[in-house]
Amino acid sequence: MSAHTANHSSEEGQTRRDFLLLTAGAFGAVGAGCFAWPFIDSLNPAADTLAMSTIEVDLAPIQEGQAITVKWRGKPVFVRHRTAAEIEQARAVNVAELRDKQSDTDRVKKDQWLIMVGVCTHLGCVPLGQKDTDAKGDFGGWFCPCHGSHYDTSGRIRKGPAPKNLSVPEYSFVSDTLVKIG
Amino acid sequence: MGSGQRAEFKNPVVSWIDERLPVFSLMQKEYGVFPTPRNFNYFWNFGAIAMVMLITMIVSGIVLAMHYTPHADYAFSSVERIMRDVNWGWMLRYIHMNGASFFFIAVYIHIFRGMYYGSYKKPRELLWILGVIIYLLMMATAFMGYTLPWSQMGGWAATVISGFFTAIPVVGDMIQTLLLGGFSVDNPTLNRFFSLHYLLPFVIFAVVFLHVWALHVSGSNNPLGIDVKSSQDTLPFHPYYTMKDTFGLGVFLLLYVIVTFFFPNIFAHPDHFVEYNPMVTPPHIVPEWYFLPFYAILRGLTFGINPYIGLSLVAMVVVMAPIYGGPDKKTGLCGLLCALGRQFALPLLVVAGIFFALGYLSQVEKASGGALLSLPLSDLVFINAKLAGVLAMFGSVILLVFIPWLDTHPVRSARFRPLFKWATLVLAIDFVVLGYVGMEAADAALFGVIPLLWIGQLGTGYYFAYFLMILPWLSRNEKALPLPVSINEAVLKA
Ligand code: FES
Repeated sequence: MSAHTANHSSEEGQTRRDFLLLTAGAFGAVGAGCFAWPFIDSLNPAADTLAMSTIEVDLAPIQEGQAITVKWRGKPVFVRHRTAAEIEQARAVNVAELRDKQSDTDRVKKDQWLIMVGVCTHLGCVPLGQKDTDAKGDFGGWFCPCHGSHYDTSGRIRKGPAPKNLSVPEYSFVSDTLVKIG
Repeated sequence: MGSGQRAEFKNPVVSWIDERLPVFSLMQKEYGVFPTPRNFNYFWNFGAIAMVMLITMIVSGIVLAMHYTPHADYAFSSVERIMRDVNWGWMLRYIHMNGASFFFIAVYIHIFRGMYYGSYKKPRELLWILGVIIYLLMMATAFMGYTLPWSQMGGWAATVISGFFTAIPVVGDMIQTLLLGGFSVDNPTLNRFFSLHYLLPFVIFAVVFLHVWALHVSGSNNPLGIDVKSSQDTLPFHPYYTMKDTFGLGVFLLLYVIVTFFFPNIFAHPDHFVEYNPMVTPPHIVPEWYFLPFYAILRGLTFGINPYIGLSLVAMVVVMAPIYGGPDKKTGLCGLLCALGRQFALPLLVVAGIFFALGYLSQVEKASGGALLSLPLSDLVFINAKLAGVLAMFGSVILLVFIPWLDTHPVRSARFRPLFKWATLVLAIDFVVLGYVGMEAADAALFGVIPLLWIGQLGTGYYFAYFLMILPWLSRNEKALPLPVSINEAVLKA
């Protein structure tokens, strides 16, 4: 009987030890994860960086065919007063043929005002096309010089490596000539 | 280590220390009498040269950090202050700036040496992988250093490179924000890059230590690629190779010093002298020259993976299956694929080619919008061009890790493998051509007619074909020339 007991208890000892080892290991891993998280999360944007900023833009001085660039959350936002020809060009496109299918009407609140984040959806350069003298690409909108993405007069991707249209931020018209972004 | 045989030292102080901590014995064993193949050529200098460059970078970097301010408002002017006001500051910075380039030159030659002479083959696989890790760490360090002067070029390079992560579906944007510490490259980014740029060189140093340790376990490869058989094949490291390394190092440093003092900005660009402006991208941004080939690969993928490209890739996998699986694989899924691949290799390759062309053309946009070739389902892109580009670029570097298993040919040195030799030399040329393509604007053309994009795409194709198709194929099919009996005999004959 004693042999049996010894055998039994040693087996039990083994499983107990395994159990302790596993639980201790699991707790250790969870603990290490909890400990690591503050270090990783500290790399995320700090409160001051996050402090959501909204900006107001006065549209009155922007003539038809002109565009301005404003800074919002550290990024450029394009505000363009489009000409009738540009709007027509943007509307004439067959949406089904586009890479990122979106009609021009979905991208603007008022036809003549095109407002979007001026960051190329490829790898984040600022496309050219805000100034008259800039290259505007094959579709008369914007051209990203970094790897050659072409955007049309609605800011939609038409050619080149970028996967998406230039993104439209949240904005609202406070009055006819004042817009709030953010 | 160090617990083995101790050497005898005459100097009592040295002897006293060595009894307690056998560092002198260790040095004597690993660098004094260490048996080294007697037939090294000058390609074997570059490991030592790279080591000297690493130390140069660490020393100049530590001093520069004492004068530099890692803050978005002051970084640019603190670098200008180093250039104008700090004693010898201009020299320290030029040493550091050009030192990075020369470090990469040494390392690229070192890597090419390893590939050409098959130094990655058994028993040196781990040695090779440690080397690839060093190379990856160097790239990360160099990229962050490029950002620190807070110039237009550096700031936008950081934007573009961190943008790679936005290609990852779903969590990509979150990762980018985490890396940058904000929504764009700004002060938090600069701070963390500085911290890491200071840390990583020491990590590199540690991995170099492991790399050298592994080297001293397996011993060096040599231009013949055959194993050392007797002590007649070797020479003690000192004085033979300490001398040869010193000579090669002297020549290399001479070139480095000439560039540093007479053409210090030869690798620079006007946009390095303009402070970073997050609102305006410079019209033509390029990474440092040592990243250009990978940049060309990134830009070369203007197309994603749609059903046609996907089918083409599947066909290629089937063709390659018997080569990867080996002739004896007859069972299971692999057995089936292998049988198919063996039976229909040529037709499958043709099919792969046709589908690739279809998939490619259906994703080329006409100037008037829409695809050049409209095919059913061609818009169904599983992996878009952006993600494909990023994957190809990272893949092209990571592939290096797997060479020991892609090239399983029993003969190491290209000297005895005529086909491998040419394929590898073409790869070296391809790498340079890709670098040229990466340097030019995205829409540039060769002689004004051939778009560089096409050349970049061809070059990318060869790069991947070399590693994934040519190396495995040659491993099975290339007949090597007869090998010499021993290093000693080959040396005496010559
Ligand atoms: S960032 Fe615009 S095309 Fe790459």
